[in-house]
Amino acid sequence: MESFLARFRHITVLLLLLMAQLLLLAYQVKTNQEVRLIRIWAVTAVTPLARAVESVSVYWNNVFTTLVRQREVLSENERLKGEVSKLRIENQYLQGELATADRAKVLLAFAQTIPSKTKAARIIGSGTGSNARVVYVDRGSADGIARNMAVVTSKGIVGKVASAYPTASLVTLVTQQGFVAGVVSQVSRVQAILRGTGSDLCTLDYVRNPFALQDKEWLYTSGEDRVFPKGFPVGQVRVTKKSNTEFEFKVQPVALDHLEEVLIVVEGIHGAIPDPAPAPSQEVVILPPPPPAPASAEAPAAGAEGFGSTDADRLREKYRKLGEAQGHTYGGSPGRPPDFNKAVPSAQPKPASAAPGKPEEGKPPAAPKEPAPVKP
Amino acid sequence: MTDFDNRLMDIAPREPAVTRFRPLSWLVVPLLAIWFQVFVHRFVGYVSYLELPLLVTIYFSMMRRQPIIGSVFGACVGLAQDSLSDHYVGMFGIVKTMVGFIAASLSLRFDVDSPLLRLTVTYALFVFHQMGYWAVAKFLVGQSVDLQLPQMAIQGFLNALIAIPFYLVLDRLKEEAR
Repeated sequence: MESFLARFRHITVLLLLLMAQLLLLAYQVKTNQEVRLIRIWAVTAVTPLARAVESVSVYWNNVFTTLVRQREVLSENERLKGEVSKLRIENQYLQGELATADRAKVLLAFAQTIPSKTKAARIIGSGTGSNARVVYVDRGSADGIARNMAVVTSKGIVGKVASAYPTASLVTLVTQQGFVAGVVSQVSRVQAILRGTGSDLCTLDYVRNPFALQDKEWLYTSGEDRVFPKGFPVGQVRVTKKSNTEFEFKVQPVALDHLEEVLIVVEGIHGAIPDPAPAPSQEVVILPPPPPAPASAEAPAAGAEGFGSTDADRLREKYRKLGEAQGHTYGGSPGRPPDFNKAVPSAQPKPASAAPGKPEEGKPPAAPKEPAPVKP
Repeated sequence: MTDFDNRLMDIAPREPAVTRFRPLSWLVVPLLAIWFQVFVHRFVGYVSYLELPLLVTIYFSMMRRQPIIGSVFGACVGLAQDSLSDHYVGMFGIVKTMVGFIAASLSLRFDVDSPLLRLTVTYALFVFHQMGYWAVAKFLVGQSVDLQLPQMAIQGFLNALIAIPFYLVLDRLKEEAR
């Protein structure tokens, strides 16, 4: 027996193993129950490693993803920076174009509102001197521009054409030393000569009535210089009183800020000086209308004393009551007129149930009340 | 009988060369193989055809050249694999027990260090393993499992191909040979 087992020990062990597993399998199939202990051992042996590997995997996955994303983000950031720069330049260009278009639109609208015939021009350069207050515009004699033509914008006068060349014109600004223009004040209609001083401010000379000229009054072209048509704004005057009889007048031209497009008046037609408008700083507060009265509230009778009645209304009401108390009809019977010296009877509400003159049972008759004294 | 014949008769039969591994290898390598089978497939789907526990069973059984150890090792690997699956415990165990036994028995007669023999044995045992599992599932447990022979043949070939470098890696775990 021993020799048999020794000879076939391999097969024997194999059969034993197979038999054991077959029995195990049969047990599970028969009872439909799983061998929980073996599964617990296996899962316990394997899952810690799997968990560790999973953690490492997740960590490195995150690291790798972060690195990749970081590279992507960096490259995208660079690309976006380039795009932002490009868009910023484009935006700046478009904003300039838009501002130019807006100014051109305003100029066109202004040119249509004034009677004078104008030509639009763009400022293409300025004078060479440091204090030069002249500019070049891109319209010249070829466009019909001539010397001494007025140059204006929608804000006011700019200057006049000093020289007209075939392709461009030299414009003297109102602040240029030696520039003169006839002006008139808006409110007091004081006439004067505007003179450029070479600085940002102009002065007024030959003011005909210096006492009448008010501070911060608007000046308009008077048209008497034969250059500027009447009615273009010039600026506000600043009046400084030097002595009782001596004044100093400074004018800040309004049309010289951000000067890029101008209108050259080729055929000047005088206009009107607009009426002074209320100062924009004086704000007027108007309350909203009162809410409508509720429908249930009774409207006061016409002529009744109270809110809104006048002295005549009250006197008329008094006479009406006196007439009713004394049985007189105004305009009716030509009898004796009522005594207006008597006191006005006060209005008493009549009982609705009881007949007039008859006292109710168990109650004393109501004594007639004295009329309430009427206050003067 | 001549004297020469007597000397020949006295010579003891040649003992098979038994390969020894580091003791931890017997535990770690199958565990890693099962872990690969269970968890790595979740991340790398295209390696699902790999039957690493079977390859490990074949390798260790062949190298050990002892059918008993091969059977026990195959049973352990199979049972562990069963424990982590949703079917009855013992289905892989029975099949891998036989695979271990056959691999160890074959190693007694052939030179299992030859790559060609490894390829052939691995392919044959893979097919045997799949068919054995199908037979156990169908006839013992009563499950309806399809036997897809073309797919099985291709998978067997791929596993055999992978087995060659895989066995070379496992060869580095050898402690000594005698």
